[in-house]
Amino acid sequence: MTVNLVEIRNLRVEATTDAGRRVEIIKGVDLDIARGEIVALIGESGSGKTTIAMTLMGYARQGCAITGGEVRVAGMDMVSLSEAERAKIRGTCVAYVPQSAAAAFNPALTIMDQVTGVARIHRLMSAAEAQAKALLLFKALSLPEPETIGNRYPHQVSGGQLQRLAAAMALIGQPKVVIFDEPTTALDVTTQVEVLRAFKSVTAQHNIAGVYVSHDLAVVAQIADRIVVLKDGTVQETGTTDQILEDAQHPYTRQLLAAFRPKTQQRAPDNDGATKRPLLEVDNLTVGYGPRSRDGQPLINAVQAVSLKLDRGRNLGIIGESGCGKSTLARAIAGILPAHAGNIVFNGRELGKAGRNRTRNELREIQIVFQHADTALNPAKSVGDILRRPLTFYHGMRGKARDARVNELLDLVRLPKSVRHRLPGELSGGQKQRVNFARALAAEPTLILCDEITSALDTVVAAAVVELLKELQRELGISYIFISHDLSVVEAICDEIIVMYRGQKVEQITTTRLSAPQHPYTRLLFSSVPKLDPDWLDNLKQDADELRAYSQR
Amino acid sequence: MTDSTSTERLGMRLGYRFNLVGMSAVGIILLWTGIALFAPRIIPHSVGEIVDTDYFGPMSRDLWFGSDYLGRDIFSRILMGARYTLGISLAAVTIACFSGVALGMTAAVAGGWYDSMLSRFLDALNSIPSKLFGLVVVAAVGSSIPALIGTLSVIYTPGAYRFARALAVNVNTMDFIVVARIRGERLPYLIASEILPNILGPVLADLGLRFVFIVLLLSGLSFLGLGVQPPYADWGALVRENIAGLPFGAPAVIFPSLAIASLTISVNLLIDNLPRRIRDRGAE
Repeated sequence: MTVNLVEIRNLRVEATTDAGRRVEIIKGVDLDIARGEIVALIGESGSGKTTIAMTLMGYARQGCAITGGEVRVAGMDMVSLSEAERAKIRGTCVAYVPQSAAAAFNPALTIMDQVTGVARIHRLMSAAEAQAKALLLFKALSLPEPETIGNRYPHQVSGGQLQRLAAAMALIGQPKVVIFDEPTTALDVTTQVEVLRAFKSVTAQHNIAGVYVSHDLAVVAQIADRIVVLKDGTVQETGTTDQILEDAQHPYTRQLLAAFRPKTQQRAPDNDGATKRPLLEVDNLTVGYGPRSRDGQPLINAVQAVSLKLDRGRNLGIIGESGCGKSTLARAIAGILPAHAGNIVFNGRELGKAGRNRTRNELREIQIVFQHADTALNPAKSVGDILRRPLTFYHGMRGKARDARVNELLDLVRLPKSVRHRLPGELSGGQKQRVNFARALAAEPTLILCDEITSALDTVVAAAVVELLKELQRELGISYIFISHDLSVVEAICDEIIVMYRGQKVEQITTTRLSAPQHPYTRLLFSSVPKLDPDWLDNLKQDADELRAYSQR
Repeated sequence: MTDSTSTERLGMRLGYRFNLVGMSAVGIILLWTGIALFAPRIIPHSVGEIVDTDYFGPMSRDLWFGSDYLGRDIFSRILMGARYTLGISLAAVTIACFSGVALGMTAAVAGGWYDSMLSRFLDALNSIPSKLFGLVVVAAVGSSIPALIGTLSVIYTPGAYRFARALAVNVNTMDFIVVARIRGERLPYLIASEILPNILGPVLADLGLRFVFIVLLLSGLSFLGLGVQPPYADWGALVRENIAGLPFGAPAVIFPSLAIASLTISVNLLIDNLPRRIRDRGAE
């Protein structure tokens, strides 16, 4: 009789590369999970956290194989079972909540069909019983309109709701262990608060053990009993949540914690020369999508009459939830999406609304860096080719001078020269984002629009990228407009912050006065950012009226 | 076996992996190319000469692949036919895919009315039955090999256009295209440097398929009297003119079919097994 529900002993997982070489990605991991306990696996991408979580179901990704050790779940060794026996256990004993619920739901079936699918496949209960059970779970997960939400299709509910529905799907087979694979990473902070609350109460209520995979220590602190810190496929440190947060031993854990500490920022001295011309002045900019009606208004206005001003060498942050128009605003400033009303004045000259009405030099001076370095870098071109093009295009550089400049740029963003010959697909997320940034620097701009450039990165890597931006600003005197939904990142680099909600600017606030926001939405947004304190979620009191007024869920 | 592993190791050293299937496909294609180039020198009999008293004769020491419906040597006719099948099909597929892909990428990037006009025009062209189109061309300009290549290219351009446009539209929405546009890049750079490398794989696969279609259509057009004129014949025409030998199990109909199969399958196997760059350089 085993004491623990899950016992992983000396687990090894190997991957085979395309040259036929075998690489060990999990190197002898031991892990125990007691009944009703939630254990968080935390680490940077590539540390093996998802791979370990997946072995609880006896599953290894394509090209990978479990090559050693044992994974006992409720006494059964998932490694040595046959595939048919594993299939019986999946869904009834071990269940999985994916990172992207949107990709995990079949868009052609109703939600109820999919949530009760586990019960149907394993013949656990009748259809009516399953639906009654699903209804209870919908209520427990505090989903709106629990009676009818099951009749909808996945595209008819929001991302936060879909994530909770994925949890309902996992819980319907009454599993003993649930694997949560970064379930809130893709959500807005205000939504994340609700989803976390729902997960926490449901797991406690049903005494379900859980593996919570995440790279966000603050989120993990709210939900986990114990934290396991991973790096390069080995366990670095294990401890209760309090131990890890208060008395971390391992350098990597300390690095993770340090990324959350409030940053002391040296600000450029205030130039009180009020006569100085601002670098960028945006006046009553309105941007929209869709066909235009007779009076010239587009179908949907994504940004409504937003004005802002940015001084040379200063940084401006724009924050808000997804769909608030912050990216659209950046695209309009860059000229990608022409604004249909308002003015953009850059360096004292009015810019054309569309990029094609701007001169090459005007285009050069404003560069935009996109969130997803995966799609922003041409996967078929080497890093060297990607960086050479703007040098040739804007500066007419060729041959040796150009190669030297490419090396300089790589050096600026702290990448080794050898990456020149590599394709973007062969780089890590953080490295790709640096290349993405180096391409913008190659143009020698005066303003860089950073559109959520750190949100796809791990905490530690993101902190390093932000640090790099600050350094480059000191060296090159660039200004940034920094768009993010992550307050802590914006706070670390910006002098002023604009809060946007539904296409409108609701508040402009300096970073020194962040603790005293005026607008209720700003208050809600700021209070929803998870803190490292494990009791933060339980003690969080948000005004119910405000929540209702500003929730789009 | 030792030979193949040693060549594989050589490929690995160059940073490419080329498997056995791909290499044998290349071998067959090169063999046919060689035959097409040197056919007049190696054929045992003249293509028009009647050498057998019987029709649909069996395989013999003198007539390796038997004789056709007029008693001509099939072996010689296949060797000479390689010139037409390989030459015409290759030329036509190259022209069709080049123009189709170039237009498709341009339409995807330019968008707007240019895209609509071009798409509707090529859709209209696509709706004309190919054999009918061939007849009209032969009535208008007479039959010649350039006219045949031209006709085949025109018939297969709309398909290549549609295919490339569909692929390019997907690539066109990626952020790196937005970055290039906002840098101020012009159309030729966008299609040649940003889009083409990303759609090359499927485009080549499409080229392989289209090559097969062209080989088959070529035989149909030859039957209509457009292009390859008797006594010369391409492989498709050889199958068609000897189809009456099928009930007798005549080699005259089997061998041209095998020739077509070997070439078209090889082209497709090669495209599916192109040498791949090894990304995991740590293995060396």
